[in-house]
Amino acid sequence: MGDRSTGRSWFSVMLPAIPVLAVGLSACGSGAGSSGVPSATPSPLCAGVNTPPGHTNGVASVSGGASSLSGAGGTFVAPMMSIWSAAYNTSDHVQVAYQSVGSGAGIAQVQAATVDFGESDAFMTDSDIAKAKGPVVQTPLVQAPVVVAYNLPEITSGLHFDGETVGKIFAGQITTWNDPAIKKLNPNVNVPNLPIAVVHRSDGSGTTFIFSDFLTKESPTWVSALGGKDKSVGKTIAWPVGIGGKGNEGVSAAVGQNSGGIGYLELSYAVAQNLTYADVKNKAGSFIQPCVKTAANATAGITDYPPDLRIDVVDVSTDADAYPITGLTWALVYQKQTDAAKAAALVNFFNYVLTKGQDVAATADYTPLGADLQKLCVGQLRKITLNGTPVAA
Amino acid sequence: MTALLLVAVALALGALAWVLVYVGIRGFSVISPSFLTHNPPGNPAAPGGGFFNGIAGSLIVVGIATGIAVPLGVGAAIYVVEYGRGRLRGAIRFFNDVLIGIPTIVTGAFVYAVWVTRFGFSGFAGSIALAVVMLPLVARTTEEMLRLVPTELREGSLALGATRSQTVLRICLPTALPGIITGGMLAVARAMGETAPLLLTVLGNDLFTQLNPLHRMETLSLQIFSNAVTGYEQAQARGWAGALTLIAIVLILTAVARFFGRRVQVENV
Amino acid sequence: MSPASAGGIAAIERHPLPIALRGERRRLGDSVFGAAVALTGGVVLLVLAAMVVFLVLQGLPAMRHYGFFSSITSQRWAPSEASATLSTPNPYGIVQFIYGTVLTSLIGMVIAVPLAVGAALVITDVAPRRLRRPLSSLVDLLAAVPSVVYGFWGLFALIPAIRPVVDFITSTLGTVPVIGVPFGGPFFGVSYFTAGLVLAIMILPIIAAVCREVFRSTPRNEKEAAVALGATRWEMIRIAVLPRARSGIVGASLIGLGRAVGETIAVTMVIGNAVLHINPSIFDQGATMSSVIANEFTEATEPFHLESLFVVGFWLLIVALVVNMLARVVVRRGVSL
Repeated sequence: MGDRSTGRSWFSVMLPAIPVLAVGLSACGSGAGSSGVPSATPSPLCAGVNTPPGHTNGVASVSGGASSLSGAGGTFVAPMMSIWSAAYNTSDHVQVAYQSVGSGAGIAQVQAATVDFGESDAFMTDSDIAKAKGPVVQTPLVQAPVVVAYNLPEITSGLHFDGETVGKIFAGQITTWNDPAIKKLNPNVNVPNLPIAVVHRSDGSGTTFIFSDFLTKESPTWVSALGGKDKSVGKTIAWPVGIGGKGNEGVSAAVGQNSGGIGYLELSYAVAQNLTYADVKNKAGSFIQPCVKTAANATAGITDYPPDLRIDVVDVSTDADAYPITGLTWALVYQKQTDAAKAAALVNFFNYVLTKGQDVAATADYTPLGADLQKLCVGQLRKITLNGTPVAA
Repeated sequence: MTALLLVAVALALGALAWVLVYVGIRGFSVISPSFLTHNPPGNPAAPGGGFFNGIAGSLIVVGIATGIAVPLGVGAAIYVVEYGRGRLRGAIRFFNDVLIGIPTIVTGAFVYAVWVTRFGFSGFAGSIALAVVMLPLVARTTEEMLRLVPTELREGSLALGATRSQTVLRICLPTALPGIITGGMLAVARAMGETAPLLLTVLGNDLFTQLNPLHRMETLSLQIFSNAVTGYEQAQARGWAGALTLIAIVLILTAVARFFGRRVQVENV
Repeated sequence: MSPASAGGIAAIERHPLPIALRGERRRLGDSVFGAAVALTGGVVLLVLAAMVVFLVLQGLPAMRHYGFFSSITSQRWAPSEASATLSTPNPYGIVQFIYGTVLTSLIGMVIAVPLAVGAALVITDVAPRRLRRPLSSLVDLLAAVPSVVYGFWGLFALIPAIRPVVDFITSTLGTVPVIGVPFGGPFFGVSYFTAGLVLAIMILPIIAAVCREVFRSTPRNEKEAAVALGATRWEMIRIAVLPRARSGIVGASLIGLGRAVGETIAVTMVIGNAVLHINPSIFDQGATMSSVIANEFTEATEPFHLESLFVVGFWLLIVALVVNMLARVVVRRGVSL
């Protein structure tokens, strides 16, 4: 009896304490969402409004299109695809359902023909196409830069990095922030004496592909640490050091939570999460801040596009204002379509993306395609055929 | 000893309350009637919108999955406890337990390889995958509850001349019903929260409402996942509000199931 | 009563059919019902068998190329080093994943099972009557929270809260020469330990809910008899509630363990995904068998990459099989005592 009442009174005392404690703990914890540091001050190259390209060179609209399309592909372009989908539904009343499952999965679904179109940050190679049910038309849709973000609360300007230094950091050979190599590139910045906490992607990713491609081209240390060029580039890397974050949000969280953290992310993500990122040295020798304008410059000046547009644009441009770690992302469509309604809908949708869609890219921190490239991409649409005849006029 | 127990429950309930409060704080600002009736805006950074398509889709997909998994699971448990003998019974119990531990993404891959490659992505494929996830849970919990029915009840019923099926249906099941319902609702709760198998079978339809299970649909779990992992605060806030909505739906479903369960029990026992 | 019931359970174990049923008269409806449930049992078996076969078939090309046991003799997982022709060394070693699965599940179970059993006991026997239903509902609906939400809670709420405590442990206990190695730093937030904690919170509601049902089904007269004989509340629980419930508690724990072992998304968000080798400290990064499957499944394009992920799934099944066999031994020993 005495036992019962003791239990009950204990209970009524402790019970109110639980929600109070829970609220208290939540209030402490919820503040750690982002690094809370303002982004680096915009460089002159990035300041100012991004004028929409205003392309009008699209193909004529094809009638009889289906009212819905099914697509799957990388996460890199997912926010952009969402904006395009919603706008296209409003203007043309076609529901384009896109799911981000990863570039590799996008390619796999195209190979299995379970979706109408795929999307990938790495174009389909010949062996990929061999596993598909027919030839595939690939067209870049948009460009985007990969930034090197870090967590050093006192430093609000963009640190200067070159490819070799970044390569050494991610290979584990530079381990503190006040290393002479970093100091040499940033003589006017007081870099703290913190250990570097490297953060990379744990899941296979097009972002990793773009970043490792850059490191392979610029950092011999990176290549030898990984054991050769075939192992130092790819969607999956055997990272010698570092924390593996799942997805962009995992990398952002790990960088934000550890002082001295450094990681690579796509620009739109870094901007949304309010992270500070570095100015990276390009082929022309200038340190460039990543933004829509400098990423657009990354394809300026390239003239030798292959006819199937399968080109690697990472660290290629010699433009003085180009941000080097910029990549393309491709749409994947079967060339020989068999369903008239689907074929028409596909051509119409990607025509929209390549013309009016480019105008809204900058609002989401994605980079519209350069003018030369965009023209060639529209040309790719004309290659799509229905029972032998091209779908687009 | 009482003090120890109370410390244990304080820690347990405290941690659970912490999770709930955390989700509540992050999603509270977005919860509103329009959240339940609108679809997401196209631009993830835009405020407003809701998860109507996900809510409807989840109810449909999980509803079909429950309709498949519960009869099969309860039937298998009845077989194992009341009818089975020797090897077959042991095999079913053993494999059932092992299946509970399979990562749901493997279940998704299985349904993908067997169904989706032939019939395409659809809500129904997602229901199949969820049913495979729910089945061992329902079977295991039902089996535990049936075993706790005292043998005296069974023997009394048989002594009065009832057949085995009558004993099971009129005596064992109603006695174990509250526990079976708990097990069933735990399985439903698990299914509502599953993301990985649905990615491989339903594929999702984030912006548009699709109520036909033979097409790609959106579920609340997929929507929460895709919104939570974007970098945009508005989308993430929608994700958290979606999680609150999901918890509320499960709460309502559990209350409804318990209510009907009690009525069945009162009528039969 | 209590020993008789335990004997009854043991009777079900040894003689599946109650004595009264041998040589019974069978009516048609009864036969149909019996056949129907046998059929459902068969369907369950079929589905499970199909999944096992599927796993094995998908993983077979990698097992044939590298050798059956080669993946469990290496702790280096490096898909970028795979080549279609080279078969040694196997770049898909999984020992570190087995270690991660065992360690995180162990931490999760050690924390969750006592708390869940305690919470269930309080809900059924200690708490005031008015509070029982709301507390039950709280426990139930937390089983519905999606894993991604637990992952985010782990990242943004749990890690900042435990960081000061863990930093203290790594700077004191972690510096001791030999026994300090499993507790060494530096702590970057994501770790085996964090994943174990998140798993504990995830499986707590499931175990508690099932245990609650098990305890609730204790016959009232047994509890009243114990109290009438002068037992305190704890003694009453120990005499009347717990013995009947042993098998049920083990069953609940196995269900929780199944969830812990198979959890993918939440774990991969808080464990740090270090796939190259086992890290010695529980505060280091790691990876589990389920987390690596979830992480790499949709992007597995290297030679034998996807097949090797299915091999991981296959060995996960083996681990689950071993654990279940051990649990069965525990229950059988308990019942015969």
